[in-house]
Parts: sequence; C-alpha cells; structure tokens
Amino acid sequence: MSYKKSYQIYIIGVGGQGTIKTATIIGEAAMAQGLNVVMSEVHGMAQRGGTVVTELKIGKDLSPLNEKYSADLLLAFEPSELLRAINVIGKNTNIIAGCSAIIPFTVSLGISKYPDINQIIERLGKKINNLHLIDAERIAKEAGNIITANIVILGAALVTPKFPVKKDLIIESLKQNLPARSIDMNIKALEMGYQEYSNILNK
Amino acid sequence: MNYNLKIKLDKNRGENLKIQDIYEKKQGEKLFLLGNEAAVRGALEAGISFASTYPGTPSSEIGNVLARIAEEVGVYFEFSVNEKVALEVSAAAAAAGLRSFVFMKHVGLNVAADAFMSTAYTGVRGGMIILSADDPSMHSSQNEQDNRIMAQLAGVPVLEPSHPQEMKDFMIYGINISEQFKIPVMIRTTTRVSHMRGVVELGEVKPGEKVGFFKKEEPGFTIAPAFARKMRQELIKKLNQLEVIGNTSPLNKVVRKNNKNKIGIITSGVSYNYVLDTVNKYSLPVNILKLGFCYPFPRKLMKNFIANLDKIIVVEEVEPFLEKEVLSIIGQEGWQKKVYGKLDQTLPHIYEYNPDIIEQGFTQVLKVEVSEKNPRIDFSGLTPPLRPPVLCPGCPHRSTIYAIKKAVQGLKIKKENIIYSNDIGCYTLAMQPPYYMADYGICMGSSIGIASGMSKATRQKIVALIGDSTFFHAGIPPLINAVHQKANIMVVILDNEVTAMTGGQPNPGILTDRGGEKSTVVSIEELSRAAGAGYVKVIDPGDLENSVEVFKKGLQYEGVSVIISRSPCIMFVKREKERLTYQINQEKCSHCLICLRQFNCPAIFQREDGSIDINYLLCTNCGYCVQVCPQKAIEVKK
Repeated sequence: MSYKKSYQIYIIGVGGQGTIKTATIIGEAAMAQGLNVVMSEVHGMAQRGGTVVTELKIGKDLSPLNEKYSADLLLAFEPSELLRAINVIGKNTNIIAGCSAIIPFTVSLGISKYPDINQIIERLGKKINNLHLIDAERIAKEAGNIITANIVILGAALVTPKFPVKKDLIIESLKQNLPARSIDMNIKALEMGYQEYSNILNK
Repeated sequence: MNYNLKIKLDKNRGENLKIQDIYEKKQGEKLFLLGNEAAVRGALEAGISFASTYPGTPSSEIGNVLARIAEEVGVYFEFSVNEKVALEVSAAAAAAGLRSFVFMKHVGLNVAADAFMSTAYTGVRGGMIILSADDPSMHSSQNEQDNRIMAQLAGVPVLEPSHPQEMKDFMIYGINISEQFKIPVMIRTTTRVSHMRGVVELGEVKPGEKVGFFKKEEPGFTIAPAFARKMRQELIKKLNQLEVIGNTSPLNKVVRKNNKNKIGIITSGVSYNYVLDTVNKYSLPVNILKLGFCYPFPRKLMKNFIANLDKIIVVEEVEPFLEKEVLSIIGQEGWQKKVYGKLDQTLPHIYEYNPDIIEQGFTQVLKVEVSEKNPRIDFSGLTPPLRPPVLCPGCPHRSTIYAIKKAVQGLKIKKENIIYSNDIGCYTLAMQPPYYMADYGICMGSSIGIASGMSKATRQKIVALIGDSTFFHAGIPPLINAVHQKANIMVVILDNEVTAMTGGQPNPGILTDRGGEKSTVVSIEELSRAAGAGYVKVIDPGDLENSVEVFKKGLQYEGVSVIISRSPCIMFVKREKERLTYQINQEKCSHCLICLRQFNCPAIFQREDGSIDINYLLCTNCGYCVQVCPQKAIEVKK
C-alpha cells in the first residue's frame, strides 16, 4: 500500500472573519466530489475577537490537524496571523494572505506590538515561492460588501496549483452555506478573487 | 421584559437549513457534520426522546442544535439550571422508561458528580447516555480532566468515539447496551472529536416513546444503605458482564495485525487518527488495537493482543488510563514487556496530542529516520500581536466593570485593599488589562463563596462578579451562606439575560419562546431579597453616573449588597429601538485616551497621527462611550 499525502489546508483569521464558514464550504464541496475530508474548528471563548484556526485534510488521512511544515495551502485572513502559522509552512506551501490589518487592543494598551507586515513577507519570500498578498477588502467592497473578503481569498485559492476541489462544486457549496440574499454578491466576490489571482499568476 | 430569545427554527436562515438536514436527510445519505451535530443525529437514530444539558464548550453545539429542532422531531429538551439537575431530569426520564441523553463539558460532570455516582447504582430502565466532552489543552476550560476516570469511579461503562461517524454510531450502540444492562453509559469525547467535522453516512431515524410511565417495583430508585448494598453487588455484576461484551465488541478492533510484528499500539479516541496516519505514512511494522468501548477494560482482548509482542505503545489523551491497565495485565501475567506512553515520557502527559507529537514518539521508539522539512525561515524579531479574546464592542459588561472601577476610585479604596472574586462567563475577561478585575475564580458560582470566605479571613473590601446564568447555576447557595454568616461583600450580578459565552442559550431569568409556551421567569432581585441580602438594587449599566453611585453605596454597605446590572447581550438578544450613530468631535477631543485605555472598547482606535476614531465595522452604536468621555467629544452623528 503506497502512502499518498492528504491535501492539507490551514485557515487562520480573527473571530468574525468567516474562518469556519470558508472551511466548511471547502469541506462540503470536497465531500460532494467524492473525496474524504476531515476538518477541525475552534468554538467557544477563543471566538470573542481572538485568533481562529480551522484545518482541513482532504484525502485518506483521518486526523483533522495539519502536520508540521506540511500545509499545501495556507489562507491568512489577517496578515500578522501568518506569524502564528509558521509551524505549518513548508517550502511548497501556497500562501494567500489578506492585507488589511486588524489591530488588537493590546497594541493600543502598549503591551504588544503590531509587526511590520512587509518584513514578514520579505522573510517568507526568501524561502517560499508561492506567496501572495491580496487586497481582499478592496475587492470585497467592489463585490458589494467588505464581509465577503474571506470569499475573495477563497476564490484566489481555487487557482492555486493542486487545489483538489472543483470550482463549480465550491460555488454549489457556497450557495448551501450562506444566506440566500447574499449569494450573488458572494459569487461575485469569489469570481473577483479568482480573477485577481489568475492575473497575478499570469504576470 | 418585552423581547424573547428566539431559539425556534427559522427556516429562512442559511445556518438553520443545515440544522434541518440533521433530521430530514434519509438513511444512506451523507452529511459533513461536526462531531456535536453527529451526536444529535445519533440520538435521533437511537430513539432518544428526552434530552437535557447545561451548556459548556466543547459540548455546546449539541444543545444549540437540539433546542432548534426538538419540537419538530418530538424530543423533550431543556437547558437545565445546572449539570446536576440536567443529569437528574434525564435519569428520571430513563427511570420512567424513556431513552434519555444528558451532555455536558468535563467539569460539568463535577457539578453533577453526586447524581452521577448514584445513578450508576440505581441503574436505569430506558437507555441513558451521559456525554462528557473533555477539553485537553484547555481551549475553553479551567482544567484538563479525564472523565474516563470519573466513569471508573462511578462504575459506568465508557465509549470513546474518534470521528463524527463514530459519534453518531456509538450513540446507538450506547443506548442498546445501556438498556440491556440497565446502566447509564458514558460517551467520552475530546475537543478534537466534538469539534471535528467529517463525512457521516446516515442511518434511519427512529422516533422514541413520547410518554414514559414510572413503575413502582423493588428495589426502586431510593439509595438508602440497605438498598445501596444490593445495588453495589448488582453494579459489579453488570460491570463483569460488560467486560465480556467489550472483549468481542465491534467497537474494539484489531486494525492491523501481522504475527511477525513485535510492536503493538493500543489507542482510543482522537489519538487513533494520529496513530493510523503516522503508521501509514512511514509504513511502520506495528499491530494496532483500537478501543472504542474502553471501560470496563476489555482485559482478555488486550491480553491476547499483547501476548506475542515485545513492545507496546499506548496512545490516549489526558491520563494514562489504558496504559496502567496494560501494565496491570503484564504484571499479572508475569511477562517481560516494555510499555511506552505517558508514564515513561515517550508521549507528553499534558495537553492534547497532534500528528507531530505521535510521529516524534513513534519514530523514537521504532528508530525511524525522519526527513527534515523545516524550511528554516528567519522570523527573528517578528512576533504576532497578542490577540486574547475580548469583551465585544457594545458589551454591557464593559460599562458595568468600568462603573465599578470608578466607584472604587471615587471611594479612594487602594488597589491592594480590594479583592475581585470573579466567576465563569464572558465577564471573566475582566481579568485582562486594563481592568485587572479577577483575583480569584475557580469554578461556577465560586465568586460568592470565595468572597464570603475572604470577608471572614481579611479586612479587605470584596467584590464578587457573577453572571445571570452562573448565579442560577451555583450562585444561590453561597449567597445564602454569605448572608447567614454575616459576610461583608458586594455581589455584582452582570445580567445580560442570556448564557452568552457558550453561544446564547436561555436561562431561568428570561422568557424562552418555544412553540408559544412561555416559560416562567425567575427574578434575580426577588431571589436575592429572599436570601436576605440587605441592599439590593437593579441598575442599567447604560447610565454610568447612577451606576457609579449605586456601586459606591453597595461598597459602603455593611453586610451583603447585591447589585444587578441589567442590560441585554449585544450578540444574542435583539433590541427593538432604532439606534444612533456616533462620531468623535476632533476639536473637542483632548487625547486623554480614557475611551481607549481605560474603557477599552475594541471599536475605538488611535490613528497614526494620534487622533482618535471609531471603527464602524466593529462599532455597535451602543453609545456607552459617550458618558465615558470627559470632554463630551463623542457625539451623535448627524
């Protein structure tokens, strides 16, 4: 029996950014495609404005957690959160990050510092080939509402090489998981994210 | 109160469509379910018709789903006042012949322990599942606690699912053995099973009996010594029989076996996933025994599995529960075998496991070369900002604790002379800067008991902070005690009219709308007065000036004062009136930073040029900050 590594996705954001919802959309689409999928999510106290991590494995693996330096795809909805995901980043990890900072209250109280995002990107860029920052909030506003920023990033993720789930199934799953009145706007956000990332890759 | 907390199924909402799927989808269909959602489906397939809980992470979503569908699927469901009562009502239903289901977080079982131990003795008639959701790594808890040991203490069989599919299937298996042996059965999950989502193939929903009948038969359910001695005999007999069942149970299986292998792994729960993935990844030459029905220990099965092995690795979360049993079998047989696990520190004794921890343990024991994958990125000097959970923008608790601080400052009480005895709920977050208002807080309801004790032990001022739900749960007996013992404390009940931290469940202080049947509201102020508190006042934290004055009086009162600060939770209780939008008048703002650094609303921030502004994405238009600003610079936006 030969071992085939599962496709590992790590999604990190701040409470309220749609981290769990994004992962659920991917997971249900993977199931619809006939793939095995497991996912781990965070509930409870951490959701009150704290960091929220959701992990997925698509393939034969049973465990819902990513292995060290083994994520195939890392989505960071908030750029400084990349620093909390360094344990899963490997040479071949595709990274997509939103570029709008959410400054926690600890910074205004002076008990912690917000890191220099350019530095993070520069250091990552030395070792990682597939790293892109996307202005998801700007695109989301164009799509109709800033709250679709997570879907913009999901749209971009679909373009990454080896992403295992088909786009039409993602759109179908999106329709099942979001409120009916917001579907058109979210599909628009997904398409715009898809286009943005395709443009980046074609440059 | 003129609003209700809507917990009925609203089919127009996206998330509720998904909830509907949990009971509407047919046998053979597949759903991508959270472990907790799978437990609900399992309950429906097991013919459970009675369920109860007190909410607690990581078990809360079971109740959130059941509350929305109970009426439609014909299940009686209640959010009980605490876990002990939840266990008692479900035990009663099972004694009356219904199939029942009570669920809680691990520490909830401590609250329910008295009833739990005795229910093992009395037994049940209808099947009864007690689900304990343990929280290794303490994602949302005060301790790590392995409730398999609680079950062993009580003499209750334990099933340990490792995946949402098993969560569902074990509910059915559990109900069957519970009914067959007339004993409650524990399903022990951990956070990563409760909050794991996976593909679940559904079985058939079986409606349970709606109405039970309590038959009066000897020995009955009264656990007086004469009966208890017989029940103890009976319990041990049941456990011995269950051990025999466990030895051949389909829940316990040898997953990999090759007689040439001299190393074997015994595992249970979520750890099984990490074990199997690691073994597959490195093609390790090991046998694997997965235990899903782990207590009473299936000793014969375990003995046969290890008989021809030289080395055994035991992989389980929290305590070396199975590991010690393996050692006991080896000792009894007089074998020479090496056991690896928590006791010899091959695997850590604390916190939850993950694939990397298991990989490291296994490759060390099996001496496997692991290729280096670390890309060695230089992150020196770069750290993420601290991002602890915070009180939400618009949270009324922020205004309450700010007013308490102002009252304490107004009375010139020194910081070292005031003790804040805090409790379990959103307001625990007052422990953080800039408030620092949690000196002591150990368990549900402890704020008042600790305050009571501190009042007797010291001459310091003591403030107890407790929420509405926590007060109902475990705050009333210590309040009675404080009054009776003439303690000198101020109890602040932060009443946001919902159980907020766990996701917005109802409690006895509010009306709940379930099919038009209005519940009876229990008044916190009347309870406090009846308990004998001498100074009882209800305040609106939205009125800062009055709140500060009342807190000053409460602090100066000799005896027990109870201040109920009442304003609905911004997240879960809908408000009716139209609200205004606010802005900072930059000309008036003196940059004193009180709004930012003392009141500390996350929706207020400082721009790089030093000016203060409002983040309208986060702002909830609560208007609390208006009263905080000494310059009156926060104004209604025209």
